[in-house]
Amino acid sequence: MADVNITVDGKKVAAPAGTLLIEACKSAGIEVPSFCYYPNLSLQGACRMCLVKVEKMPKLQTACTTVISEGMAVSTDTPEIHQARKSMVEMLLGNHPLDCPVCDAGGECELQDMTFAYGAAESKFIDIKNHREEQQWSPVVYFDRPRCILCYRCVRVCGEGMDVWALGVQNRGVSSVIAPNKEDHLECEECGMCIDICPVGALTSGAYRYKTRPWEMRHVGTTCTHCADGCKTTLGVRRSDTGMEIVRGDNRDKSGINGDFLCMKGRYAFDFANHEDRLTQPLIRKDGRLTPSTWEEAFELIGRRFKEIRDSAGGQAIGVVGSTRTTNEENYLLQKFARVALGTNNIDHHRTADFPALAAALRGKPEATASMRDVFKAPAMLLIGNNPTEQHPLLAWQIRNNVRLHKARLYVINSEPVKLRRQAVNFIQIPVGSEGNVARFLSGDDSAAGSISNPTATRDAWVALRDKLRGEQNLVIIFGSEIRGEDIASLVKFGSAVPSAKFVCLSDYANSRGAADMGLYPDLLPGYHPMSDAGKWRDEWGGVPQTPGLTLPQMVESAKAGNLKAFYVVGANPVGRLGIDAFSFSQRFVVVQDMFLTETALIADVVLPAANAYEKSGTVTNTCGDVQFLQKAGEITGAKSDFEMTVRIADAMGFDVSKLVPFSRGTHSDMGQSRGAQSGEVDRHGVWLEAQGLEPKMSPFDPTAILDEIQRLVPGYGVSRANLLAGNDQHTTLSGSGAGVQHDPALIAPANDTLFTSGTLGRYSRALNSVMENRQKQPAEEVAAD
Amino acid sequence: MKFSDQFEARFAEMLTHYPTKRSALVPTLLYAQDEVGHLSDEVIAEIASRVDLTELEVRNVISYYSMLTTKPRGKYNVQVCTNIACLLRGGEELLEHCKGRLGIGNKGTTQDGMFSLEEVECIGACSWAPAVQVNYAFHENLTTEKMDKVLDAYNEEGNAVGKWLTWSPIPMK
Repeated sequence: MADVNITVDGKKVAAPAGTLLIEACKSAGIEVPSFCYYPNLSLQGACRMCLVKVEKMPKLQTACTTVISEGMAVSTDTPEIHQARKSMVEMLLGNHPLDCPVCDAGGECELQDMTFAYGAAESKFIDIKNHREEQQWSPVVYFDRPRCILCYRCVRVCGEGMDVWALGVQNRGVSSVIAPNKEDHLECEECGMCIDICPVGALTSGAYRYKTRPWEMRHVGTTCTHCADGCKTTLGVRRSDTGMEIVRGDNRDKSGINGDFLCMKGRYAFDFANHEDRLTQPLIRKDGRLTPSTWEEAFELIGRRFKEIRDSAGGQAIGVVGSTRTTNEENYLLQKFARVALGTNNIDHHRTADFPALAAALRGKPEATASMRDVFKAPAMLLIGNNPTEQHPLLAWQIRNNVRLHKARLYVINSEPVKLRRQAVNFIQIPVGSEGNVARFLSGDDSAAGSISNPTATRDAWVALRDKLRGEQNLVIIFGSEIRGEDIASLVKFGSAVPSAKFVCLSDYANSRGAADMGLYPDLLPGYHPMSDAGKWRDEWGGVPQTPGLTLPQMVESAKAGNLKAFYVVGANPVGRLGIDAFSFSQRFVVVQDMFLTETALIADVVLPAANAYEKSGTVTNTCGDVQFLQKAGEITGAKSDFEMTVRIADAMGFDVSKLVPFSRGTHSDMGQSRGAQSGEVDRHGVWLEAQGLEPKMSPFDPTAILDEIQRLVPGYGVSRANLLAGNDQHTTLSGSGAGVQHDPALIAPANDTLFTSGTLGRYSRALNSVMENRQKQPAEEVAAD
Repeated sequence: MKFSDQFEARFAEMLTHYPTKRSALVPTLLYAQDEVGHLSDEVIAEIASRVDLTELEVRNVISYYSMLTTKPRGKYNVQVCTNIACLLRGGEELLEHCKGRLGIGNKGTTQDGMFSLEEVECIGACSWAPAVQVNYAFHENLTTEKMDKVLDAYNEEGNAVGKWLTWSPIPMK
């Protein structure tokens, strides 16, 4: 459709037909102020700040509700408009308290900005202000009524955006008030979107209120470490006694894959990092007790014992468990350390999805995986298994809003009546555990129809659904870990018949995908290359153990049998999470790197205090395969990154660490990992070099040295370094992957986290625990859709 | 919960008037209030589920309209207009008189549950000011004496039909 031409303040502007005047102005770089207008929410026309003069129209018009038309001539800044806006601000200030000096929003408040711009400092109003006490609506949401300017943004984002409908407006006129759904409290998903979107300080966060001022924090854009969706989150940090304390999480930087969205965990559950149970010094078991010691003593002991065991019993006597939350660089380093320094393929991790099967099925198929951004744009989506509302909040947001804003068609097949059925054009409930049969049926195996048919979803209905799906284009096929192994191949076979279909395989932890991509498997090298296809790696590393190693359950058996003598666990809790028998390791040398004294750390001989994802830089890959950069935000004295610890263990073993981390001499420092509190600050001379991956890596603790190797060797990871560093998500594909391997489906153990749990991190988050306790008192119920 | 057959017939017919169920909300609330006397939690839950809205949304609408109430009122809701025309013709005196006579304040209800009193904005009877609306009936050109007679008549009627009989003040077409 041809663009519509208008003139704004004498400037010619062209925009597609149907564009709102306020957006057209914005595209020309002309700001029209507004409170109630918010992109992608329904129009409200309540605040009247966006008044502009349109030629030939008698009165000032609201730019947020006016659709542009050919030849429109608009003025946005005349004395008349200025006066109108000033009057609006004066009205808004009529009942607004003067508590800016203590208000959380002070310094980043849109009403302050508008008052500053239009100068309504004097008021003709002499009425007494209508004061109401502040109310606590949930453990994390507070409402200060007098500050509210009734823009209705919170009401709309909660209802339309989140499909929660927990906020409303009661009464009318000057006595209008935002009201929670349970009279004096909220019963909702606690996402905090209402707080983020509030232009003033009316809705405030229980985690942040009255703690500090916005200008006293440094704001670090990084990637959330809770679920596998990889939202960009901005952490506000400030100096504390123990380093840098994280005091706030939000998404003021809306450039991430999550746009406006952040869930409860991303917004409030950073507090595990500040928990007083954090380990801050190495512990060594002496006389049966874990005793605080020094780093030197710990590394010397680990290095000596690992070397002794490797030299006497061989590499197969050591087992390594990697993490689903550490960075790609750390995972890559860990498996390289295991294979090259320890001489073993005994490396595994907590698997929550069958990525090797997906890689095998998509091999040679370019553009066959969807990014998180694609989910928001696809004309049609098929969701089999999983419950994204609970387990993948961002994915659910993308799906929901794609349906709402783009009229996308959503097909949901699930064993439970999941909440996303409300957006679906077609929802079919199937028996628990029959997701694989659905995949087989879709691929053309009609014999699988029997087990999934029932009176409400007959065989004919299934056939009709399959035909309909085959007729879709650019279908995004999203499946949970219920579909594994050969069923994935079936699903891909079905998808290959749909034009430009793309896949999303759902895993559970922040870097589950990265752990898989980086080769934390006993029988797969990075990029899903089986041991038989180790050529590239052998050349690069100068030798790789030939035979596949032990899976985690096999390591446990081997330890019981007395063959496995050492167990090195990095950022994982197999005893607590996977229920392995702790006594299997009672006579073994166990080393654990973790933030807390987990069930696994309790059986260790040496425990090393680890930094978490918010305290280091590196890359992580979300469940879609979008790789993103982590910026170091917080810091706690006494913890080290897993990267540094692994390198130092190798060093203590007498291993030449330059064979592990390809660092070289130079005069330039690293990207900041080892530079304490100043890390992450821009070194302007190094920006260009960094962006090209060319800056010298001086230190063996520099993860970018490993990132170089990953980008060179792991298929799909050759993405733009400049974009990564700029904080942009970069999609990796699986088409160039190795052949993969068929794994026993039983090796996958879904985390089954909810909106308010997050594995070990969740256990140490007061914010999450307070919401859980609150909900136990008042169980939630699903509400009617609008 | 159970409504009268008359309510059910009206509700069923009303749904056919609008493209979406939610559009029938305000008249449904009025009918329910006329039948039950006020919009109790139970009524709100029932109507919310019937028109596919959340209870919060139904409460939002109720709070917007002054004619809808979540609190029990007396059998006869005496609404005294004090807008400009009635004010000039003695509306305020009328309101004060009602307060004294009934022994209740604005938005109060008599102990016997017979009368509620409410000061309201213009009821559109300016030509016959001062005017009072009792439930759906108008009483015009009032003086304090006439007002007493009106109240007496309602009191008599109320006692005659029995205090707790349900009543339907909207005449059926």
